[in-house]
Amino acid sequence: MTVKELKQKSAEYRKRILKYIVKAKAGHTGGSLSCTDILNVLYNGIMNVFPENFSSPDRDRYIQSKGHTVEALFVVLADKGFFPEEDLNTLCQYQSHYIGHPTRKVNGVEQNTGALGHGLPIAVGTAIAGKLDRKDYNVYTLLGDGELPEGSNWEAALTAAHYKLDNLCAIIDKNSLQITAPTADVCNTDPLDEKWKSFGWAVKEVDGNDVEALRKVLHQHPFEAGKPSLLIAHTTKGKGVSYMENVLKWHHGVPSEAEYEQAIKELDQVLKTL
Amino acid sequence: MAEQINTTSYKPNLEVYSETLQRLAETDRNIIAVTSDSRGSGKLVPFGKRFPQQIVEVGIAEQNLVGVAAGLASCNKKVFATSPACFLTARALEQIKNDVAYSNNPVNVIGISAGVSYGALGTTHHSLHDFAALRAINNIIVAAPADNWETEQAIELAAKTELPVYLRFGKKPMPFLKEAADEIFAFGKGRIITEGDAIAIIACGETVLPALEAAALLQEENIAATVVSMHTIKPLDTELLSAVARKCQAILTVEEHSIYGGLGEACAAYLLQQGMGKPFKIMGIPDEYTVTGSQGDIFTHYGISKAGIAEAAKTLIGTTIQEQN
Repeated sequence: MTVKELKQKSAEYRKRILKYIVKAKAGHTGGSLSCTDILNVLYNGIMNVFPENFSSPDRDRYIQSKGHTVEALFVVLADKGFFPEEDLNTLCQYQSHYIGHPTRKVNGVEQNTGALGHGLPIAVGTAIAGKLDRKDYNVYTLLGDGELPEGSNWEAALTAAHYKLDNLCAIIDKNSLQITAPTADVCNTDPLDEKWKSFGWAVKEVDGNDVEALRKVLHQHPFEAGKPSLLIAHTTKGKGVSYMENVLKWHHGVPSEAEYEQAIKELDQVLKTL
Repeated sequence: MAEQINTTSYKPNLEVYSETLQRLAETDRNIIAVTSDSRGSGKLVPFGKRFPQQIVEVGIAEQNLVGVAAGLASCNKKVFATSPACFLTARALEQIKNDVAYSNNPVNVIGISAGVSYGALGTTHHSLHDFAALRAINNIIVAAPADNWETEQAIELAAKTELPVYLRFGKKPMPFLKEAADEIFAFGKGRIITEGDAIAIIACGETVLPALEAAALLQEENIAATVVSMHTIKPLDTELLSAVARKCQAILTVEEHSIYGGLGEACAAYLLQQGMGKPFKIMGIPDEYTVTGSQGDIFTHYGISKAGIAEAAKTLIGTTIQEQN
């Protein structure tokens, strides 16, 4: 896929994320938009996982620790053919499998997540299994910067380095905002690079909304042989919609009809200029 | 007919757990033990020496232990996540709920030194809540094998079961409750150890032993008790429970757990909803700061002893439901 095509995908994904959040009248809007480009690049060129090989023990695994931004995951999985996109019309409705967090009832979802601080330990176990079985798959997990105070992340970080899991790549969607306030004001976790390096990880940083840069850096995984990779993806919460970017209320704000139309107009404009 | 039991010549169930796991690992490289600096207390040192590629050590980090175990289980490993029951089912409860039960990763969660096995180490090291907490979580079997046979069978079955399982073990050497040659072990199927129609004593784990001793004592007074090893707390063997409730005048439950939310309340809830009212008593650890002392001291203090259970049984048999009220 060309960079232009990737950029088109990102804009299309953002439009669909908003469409289904508006329809469901619920969703984690800002965070879904911040991680869109990361999911786009992972599923369109980095990971060896498709509907056809999803039951293969050799597939790459993606575990979304920041489960609340499930709308981005669902939209990407639908685009990859894991299920018909129209299924998302039932998002958050009575008896729908498409709930507000990832569940394995949805084809393509590896693990049920939603409670924070759970993705990395599961990813570590999955990566250890890969090493034990001498398999070549990689395990990717996406964490929010707001979930990093959960202690289980740091327990798992120690284990990943101890077992030299260079088949594991954790990506932090560092959009720097969480439900209450800027992450630095709630519980400052900076400097992240030094923390993870001191835990034994190979660390890189990237503009997490730049698909070209993301693809380049993710192709470099493992960043260092014998070490788990940690990618700090600097992103903008609400990315792609001017009035949402870096505005706290869009953590789980749902656009009005007029706001939705404006957002779509802006994203269509992006598509036109590509 | 209840018989006297030799209480000294058998192993702690924990040792049987380790031996069984080693035997399974000899022919199955997918058997994996995950430990949190707990291989010593879990009797898994020999396992680790024999199968260094099949033990994953995460250090003292129970949440991570369960999450890692879930990841391994999702890759077809037969995982035995082994840690003291007190930490495993409290600190890592959310991981058991979400990563194991809700995600249906078939981890065998092994709570070691359960109940008040740690005795004088105190409440931090006691697990009197694990049945209650795990009974309220969907998609996990909850069991407390009593003797070495039940332990061996439960481990073998857990390795084959494609559902999450919680097993808890104590440290006390446990005699065989009875000859088990013709029995088939199944989760959700309790065992009648001895039969009588005056009272049903339904127990699990290490409390089956004093229950059986109490039955022998009662027999000396011509009071015939049924003793059930209800090793599986969930799913409960309601068929067996109904049968003994129909047969016996009264029902006494005994468990190394809080009187709230465990085996006793599970039995009571079922029988009440079936309209099977009988004089009924739950023996366990009451809702108070647990008395200090060894496991034996604590058991004796709360009447979980040969004499205490026999006494409670006699009182219950002579009571009507109306008098209980």
